[in-house]
Amino acid sequence: MSSKTTIYGIFDDEEILLSSVKEIRAKEIEIKEVYSPFPVHGLDKALGLKETRMAITAFIYGCIGISLAALMIYNIMIVDWAQNIGGKPNFTFYHNMPAFVPIMFECTVLFAAHLMSITYFIRCGLYPGGTSNSPDERTTDDKFLMEIEVEGDMTSVKNLLKKTGATEINEKEV
Amino acid sequence: MQKEAEIRDPLILGNKSYHDITKDIARPVEGKANKYWWVLFSLSFTLFIWGVLSMAYTIGTGIGAWGLNKTVNWAWDITNFVWWIGIGHAGTLISAVLLLFRQKWRMSINRSAEAMTIFGVAQAALFPLIHMGRPWLAYYVFPIPNQFGSLWVNFNSPLLWDVFAISTYFSVSVVFWYIGLIPDFAMLRDRMSAKTAPMKKQLYSFLSFGWSGKAKHWQRFEEVSLVLAGLATPLVFSVHSIVSMDFATSVIPGWHTTIFPPYFVLGALFSGFAMVETLLIIMRKVVNLEAYITIKHIEYMNVIILLTGSLVGTAYITELFMAWYSGVEFEQYAFLNRATGPYWWAYAIMMTCNVLTPQLYWISSIRKSFVATFILSIFVNIGMWFERFVIIVTSLHRDFLPSSWSMFSPSFIDIGIYLGTIGFFFVLFLLYARTFPVIAQAELKTILKSSGSEYKNKK
Repeated sequence: MSSKTTIYGIFDDEEILLSSVKEIRAKEIEIKEVYSPFPVHGLDKALGLKETRMAITAFIYGCIGISLAALMIYNIMIVDWAQNIGGKPNFTFYHNMPAFVPIMFECTVLFAAHLMSITYFIRCGLYPGGTSNSPDERTTDDKFLMEIEVEGDMTSVKNLLKKTGATEINEKEV
Repeated sequence: MQKEAEIRDPLILGNKSYHDITKDIARPVEGKANKYWWVLFSLSFTLFIWGVLSMAYTIGTGIGAWGLNKTVNWAWDITNFVWWIGIGHAGTLISAVLLLFRQKWRMSINRSAEAMTIFGVAQAALFPLIHMGRPWLAYYVFPIPNQFGSLWVNFNSPLLWDVFAISTYFSVSVVFWYIGLIPDFAMLRDRMSAKTAPMKKQLYSFLSFGWSGKAKHWQRFEEVSLVLAGLATPLVFSVHSIVSMDFATSVIPGWHTTIFPPYFVLGALFSGFAMVETLLIIMRKVVNLEAYITIKHIEYMNVIILLTGSLVGTAYITELFMAWYSGVEFEQYAFLNRATGPYWWAYAIMMTCNVLTPQLYWISSIRKSFVATFILSIFVNIGMWFERFVIIVTSLHRDFLPSSWSMFSPSFIDIGIYLGTIGFFFVLFLLYARTFPVIAQAELKTILKSSGSEYKNKK
């Protein structure tokens, strides 16, 4: 029975990591995860990650925000209790709208920002008191860690990691 | 990797590695507070207590405890409110607008500038709250269904716009700040040992939300930061525009002008940058961050102060010109009274501190000096407080009816509340400096190779 082993390649420098990721992926070895202390530019493309859709969600949430704000103001100011305030036309939403623009704008930002942040937390599995699943604590300091899962012989992967600049290689049986 | 011209001055001094950055940022959190910290903290705490007592007295007896009268019915409370909100604006400008412009120098100052925003806006929010007289009824300002018939808030009113603007601004700033803090809390969590500091380790584990720095998470992190910056940029301009409309939409001579929104926004940035400088010049010494907050950062901020100060000066002169050109005698008198009436000294302080002294930044040696910058930043803080005082009190104290003309002088309670918020602000900031990563270290590490002095010299 061939057991699965996880190999952790540790790097000191983001440029070496980046070139190593490219070489390893060119050999069609699957990289399970990369942990880094800061965002490394171009790493997502090198790993073949899809583009994130966070910005699209923000746009959708913003649209929800502005619609809800308009609906709320329409109900309160026009339908429920229309009042003459400073002679501003109050019979139709359309005529009174210039005065409502600031709050509609604020609600757009409020919804877009908060709901996008909540989506971000949920998608990344981040919550107060959550536990980190980084295999090495130094990855929030100055080390970059590449995680590869291998079935069977792992010397070739280890050699490749060493050749492409890993300073330390650890392994764990799964 | 990012590229940067070699002739640009480095933003990180000394031989720093990634690990050195980690150590330097974690040091204030891991170490003990020094003597200066305790002196500053006890002083601020004393002021804070005075403020709390003054606020309690105001709520217990009513707004009559203040120096207001029938003519000057809005004075120190709104002056302080606008001043604190303005101070907050620089934090958002640094973290959001400079992010959109890809300014690398923002990275070592954005965390503290944003902390200043949040603490400043919190102080500002206190003033309308206590001015309500019955703060436990504060929920009346929100459009919530209620049992009083159809008693709704008025969406035509700039005061309600303010409620929405400030609550959005405050909450979005907190979220923006916190999302940036998560990787740095994770760094602190991983440095703490579960044996020697179990409480701290647990605390930072809780605060770091289980961050581990996966590639996909960083990709989302960057996009979320960018979108939040894009949202915060129009937000910050809207907030002070709306604050200015509290005045501009009224028909009081001296307030009823269309120049107010841009003029207030510029004034806010001007005063905010001055407060950032005041705080950072002290902080870089107290927590040993000289290598990260360099004279280059201060110089960049001084250039912004010079620009916004000159624009604010232009706005002052435009106001005077428009008053004369309008041909309206009330408008003309309002401005003549500001400059030459009984409050001429406040006007003179405003003009000197906001328009004249910042012009000294044209001189390179002053712009590049910590001592001169510190003194001039205090001048700007004072000048901008007086700007709000001049706009508010001198426009009110001589109204259309000379028989009701009067003067305003603050009561002991007024002064107590104002100094109390300054104390509260510094209490929060000092606690922050001891428990939070005061520099966005994860972001700072991304520019070490392009802007660190060691790497620049190697090339």
